[in-house]
Formats: sequence, C-alpha cells, structure tokens
Amino acid sequence: MPSFRGVDYLHIDSLLNDDEKLVRQTTRQFVEDRVVPVIKDCYNQGRFPAELIPEMGEMGFFGANLDGYGCAGMSNVEYGLIMQELERGDSGLRSLVSVQGALVMYPILTYGSEEQRKRYLPKLAKGEMIGCFGLTEPGYGSNPAGMTTTATRDGDSWVLNGEKTWITNGTVADVAVVWARTPEGVRGFLVEKGTPGYKTSDIHGKLSMRASVTSSLSFSDCRISECHRLPEAQGLKSALGCLSQARFGIGWGVLGAAMDCFETARQYTMVRKQFDDRPIASHQLVQEKLAWMVTEITKGQLLAIQCGRLKDARKLDFAHISMLKRNNVAMALECARLSRDLLGGNGIIDDYPIMRHMCNLETVKTYEGTDHIHTLVIGERVTGIPAYK
Amino acid sequence: MKILVALKQVPARDSLLRIDASGRWLDESDLSFEINEPDAYALEAALQLKEQHGGEVVVLSAGPERAVSAIREALAKGADRAIHVEQENLGEFDTLSLAKLLAAAASSEKADLILTGLQSDDLGSGQTGVIMAELLGLPHATIIMAVEASGQGVRVKRELEAGWFQHVSMPLPAVLTIQSGINKLRYATLMGIKKAKTKEVRKLTAAELGVQPESSVSLLRIYQPKRVKQTQMLAGAPAEQAAQLVEKLKFEARVI
Ligand SMILES: Cc1cc2nc3c(=O)[nH]c(=O)nc-3n(C[C@H](O)[C@H](O)[C@H](O)COP(=O)(O)OP(=O)(O)OC[C@H]3O[C@@H](n4cnc5c(N)ncnc54)[C@H](O)[C@@H]3O)c2cc1C
Repeated sequence: MPSFRGVDYLHIDSLLNDDEKLVRQTTRQFVEDRVVPVIKDCYNQGRFPAELIPEMGEMGFFGANLDGYGCAGMSNVEYGLIMQELERGDSGLRSLVSVQGALVMYPILTYGSEEQRKRYLPKLAKGEMIGCFGLTEPGYGSNPAGMTTTATRDGDSWVLNGEKTWITNGTVADVAVVWARTPEGVRGFLVEKGTPGYKTSDIHGKLSMRASVTSSLSFSDCRISECHRLPEAQGLKSALGCLSQARFGIGWGVLGAAMDCFETARQYTMVRKQFDDRPIASHQLVQEKLAWMVTEITKGQLLAIQCGRLKDARKLDFAHISMLKRNNVAMALECARLSRDLLGGNGIIDDYPIMRHMCNLETVKTYEGTDHIHTLVIGERVTGIPAYK
Repeated sequence: MKILVALKQVPARDSLLRIDASGRWLDESDLSFEINEPDAYALEAALQLKEQHGGEVVVLSAGPERAVSAIREALAKGADRAIHVEQENLGEFDTLSLAKLLAAAASSEKADLILTGLQSDDLGSGQTGVIMAELLGLPHATIIMAVEASGQGVRVKRELEAGWFQHVSMPLPAVLTIQSGINKLRYATLMGIKKAKTKEVRKLTAAELGVQPESSVSLLRIYQPKRVKQTQMLAGAPAEQAAQLVEKLKFEARVI
C-alpha cells in the first residue's frame, strides 16, 4: 500500500502554515518508518513498543506544546497534528504521548514547584522517565469526585491509602501523578516508583489498546514527603484541568485513526471487484459510505483547527473541548465500523489496520470522559442545567 | 569546514501530476512539494561532515516563494543559515543560466565544499552542479556515494556502472554531486523546527546577482508517458512455447 498522505478534501492545508505542515510531515515520516512496521505485532502480542520511547523523546513528542525545561514549545495546532499522525499509527502510542505530556508534564509544569519541574520535566521530555496519571478508581470512573483514595498529613509527610485502576503506563512509570482526598479537598501527589507501600500491576485480557500498558496502582500506608505534593493543585478542578489538555489532543488524534480507516477503505473499494467485474466503489451504497466518511472527517478537521486556534489564543474552554472530543471520537469509531464493512471479510484481519483502530477507539470513547459525560457537559453549557446526577 | 548545500524544491514524489493549460509545465495548484531527493542526501552528508569536523552548513536554494518551506526544513534538520534566491519565473532559466545564478550567489560565501544532488527529480538534467563548478573554477566529482575529509582535501567514492566504484582524492574547495540513498536521512525534530524560526534566511534576486534568464534549450511540451503494456499468448506444445519464450526474452526483451 502507498504511504499515508492524510485526507484533505476541502483544502484544509490552506489553513496551515509551513511550520505546521513540516511538523506534521516529520511526525508522519517517523510513524511510517518506526511505528507502522512494528505495530501489528505489538498489538497482537499485547506488547508495548518501549524501544520507541527514546526516539520519540529525541523527536520532541513528549510535552510538545509546553515551553521550557527541554520541551519543544510547539503551538497547539502543531501539537494537534502530532497527535493526529501518532494515532494514525496507533491509539495506544498516542495514549502514551498524551498521558506523558498532558497528564504528567502539564500538571508538573502548571501546579508543581520549581524544584519539581527541574527534577522531572527535562527527563520526561527526553523519555528518560515515564509518567502515569492516577485519577480513576475501581468504584469511581465517570464520577471522580467520589474518590476514596486518601492522603493524611503526618508531620512533614503524607500517607496515601487507596487504589487506582485503568491507569495508562502504570507499571512502566517512574513517577505517578496521583489524586487523593485530604481534609482540605483533592490534592495531587508525585509518587515515585519503588516508594514503600506503592505497588502496581497490569490489567490483563484487554481486547483494546493492546500496544499500551494499562495498570492498577495500590497505596497502602505509602509515605511521601510534603515536597512530593503539587503545591498549586487545589481541588478536583486541577485534575480536570489536565484532562482538558489530554482531551484536546484526543480530539485531534482520532482524526488520524479515522483517516487511516477511510483511506484504507477507499483504496480497497477501488480495486476489489464484484458483479460484472466492476470495482465495488462503483456501487452507490459503497460511495454513500465513503462520502459520509470524508464529509465527517472534514467537519472533524475544521472543529479541531478551530479549537486549536482558540487554544493558541487562550480562548478555548472545557465545554468546547467536550464537543471536540465527543464528536471526533464518535465519528472516528463510525468510520472504523463503516470501513470494516467495506472490506468485507478482509476487514476483520490484521493485514489491514481497521479492526485494530476500531478496538482502540472503543477505549477512546470511554476514557477521558465518556461520550455520555461530554454530552452532559455540552447540555449543561447550552441549558445551564447540570444533568449528571 | 564551511559547506554550502544547493537544494531544490520539487513536486513530492507521490503527487498526482497534472499538466497545466500551457502543456509545458505541471499544474501546481494542488501539488505538494518536497526537497529534491538527492539534495536531501547532500544535506545529510553536509550535516554529518559538520558533526565530525565542525564548521558551518549553509543552504542555497533558488525558487519561488514557496521554496522557503524546503529551506525551513533544511534549517530544522540542522543547517545553520540559508540563502534564498527568490525567483518566480525560474522556468525561464535554462540549466546554464540557473547555474550562473547559483554560482553568483555561492561565490561570496567562499565555501570549502559545495554539495548538490546528482540531479533533480523534476527536470533531471544532472548538469547544475557540474556547470556551477566550472563557472566557479572549482574541481568537481559526480555521483558521490561517500565523502571523507582527509588532510587538506576530501576522499570521495564515486559510483560507476555495473557495481564498480572509483575512489578519488581531491583538493578543496570542490563541488560534489551526491547520489540518493548514501546515508540515513535524519528527521527534523520539533526542537529543530522551533529553532529554525530564528535562523537567518537571506533573500536575493537574479537582478541583484546580475544574472539574466537565458534559454538555449526550450521546453516544448510535457506529457504523461503512454502505457505500452501488451500481452502476447504463446501457442503450441509446452516445449515449443518455452523455446518461443526464450527467443523473445533473448532478442526482444534482451534480458537473458
Ligand atoms: C485503556 C484505558 C486507559 C485508561 N487510562 C486512564 C488513566 O491513565 N488514568 C485514569 O485516571 N483513568 C484512565 N482510564 C479510565 C477512564 O477514564 C474511565 O474508564 C472512564 O472515566 C469511565 O469510567 P468507568 O470505566 O468506571 O465507567 P463508568 O463511569 O462506570 O461508566 C459506564 C457507563 O455509564 C455511563 N454513565 C456514567 N455516569 C453517567 C451519567 N451521569 N449519565 C449518563 N451516563 C453515565 C458512562 O457514560 C458509560 O457509558 C482508562 C481507561 C481505559 C479503558
């Protein structure tokens, strides 16, 4: 199959400047050379391609839209394009980069002390350290406000107790950003691998995100010093602030998965022949699916670019991001399903990336706020009435 | 070592090419462009020499305004600065006048080594670097597979025909035209892209360099190559078919 060229039905590229296109091109080339050749096997074997981490660090993918401390200082549109290209490779790889940049480096930069920034950010940017973000608990997923993990103050230290689950990068992480309840409200803590009382284990049996590590974290009288608390993180809204960063990247990332599915189906239907030796793309029902996909991808691109420009102008808020995440993830999942259909039996095998994208996108629909939860955020924005409970 | 890399922006290899209304060039309206492939290897060779021996890598490109994206990519990969001879009507320059343009821009740089690609992917004359060397009065070598600095000069490996190579030692300054695929191209990193924004791109025009477009060769028409595939069925007993096939492979296809 020819190398990936993206989807640009509506001259979307005319909305991008030269640097943005170069960022996309260099990321695309990296994915083509380094990810595409290995990702099928990684996925099948449930293996996380850790060998790519140093190279991704050298490329500048980790915390790419952050400034200083060894980060690349990209704009948010450039960052979005990086996510798009990485997720064209695999959602699991994009998840690794999202978690590292948006959920670990961003809170350290935004809520951390200068000492914490200096200690962690340069190494996280280079990929010499990996991070994870522990918010979800076995009993509290969509409603993190109910969390039961506690941090109790004891002199100059804190004692953590509780359990986090569904944590991307958990067992491979050198440092975990952990959210726990204290008498003063929810606070964020940096827990390093090997701290006594801190244990991790992998979740097995995943049929989605198989090239990404997903783990549980447990804290049993895990004692950390006050200097490991994020001093500026005040309440659950600080954790949600990180999620907004990550969701923005997801809204862009899934475009890459959708484009890969669409392009695979478009090329396949033009060569696959049935009935009178005609390519199946010459049938109206097939064209309808292709037309739907390219239209929805294009609308998704416009949504992503507008959100990116708003974010660069510091005018993007969480309810905008909910629209981006919800719409684009649902769209990408539908593209994967339609593309699968268009490939017939071939759609279910791993010679093509579609089924892998589809399975991954089931996770993407759930994590970082489910489709339902984002619906409720948008609903609240337009009515003023919260409907979560 | 101060190394000048002359590079050209050409239509991307996987573009869908359409011929424009004049019939003499490509419709550029929705083409994407990239660094000419052998030029990308020339740039990589220059960057590696700089890493080994220090010095400076200067990129020189003649082309319309859009060529600045190729220049930016070269700067993002690690070139130190660039000279852009900004010229919209480059098609009016034949290879000789283009080489005059590049030589005029290069002369004030007094580079130790000038690298170009072996040929351009669009016009493919394979002459630009060689004529440039002649105009600058410098020695040159073509189809270079490897460059090594040695003493006051360089030792290069040239590709000959049929798997033969030639090793040549030559003095500096010199011009080398570089073959594709000789090294592993680096990626433009995000930090590199960011840094490139602050690097100098000096703009010059043909008028400022005192070079007029000339055309000793004119391009009359371009066209898509015609498909000439045809299938022949051989008849007869298997032994006769095989004999006919051997005949054809020997005398028509000339592959055995
Ligand atoms: C592969 C993977 C990686 C993950 N990585 C991380 C990570 O790194 N860090 C982290 O903290 N978490 C992570 N998560 C957890 C993820 O964020 C949660 O799974 C998600 O928030 C949903 O929580 P839940 O699974 O408990 O589902 P639930 O909250 O139980 O939801 C189940 C269903 O109920 C619906 N629902 C719930 N409440 C409402 C309501 N009020 N109205 C309507 N519908 C509702 C949901 O929309 C959903 O359809 C990850 C999850 C996966 C699968």
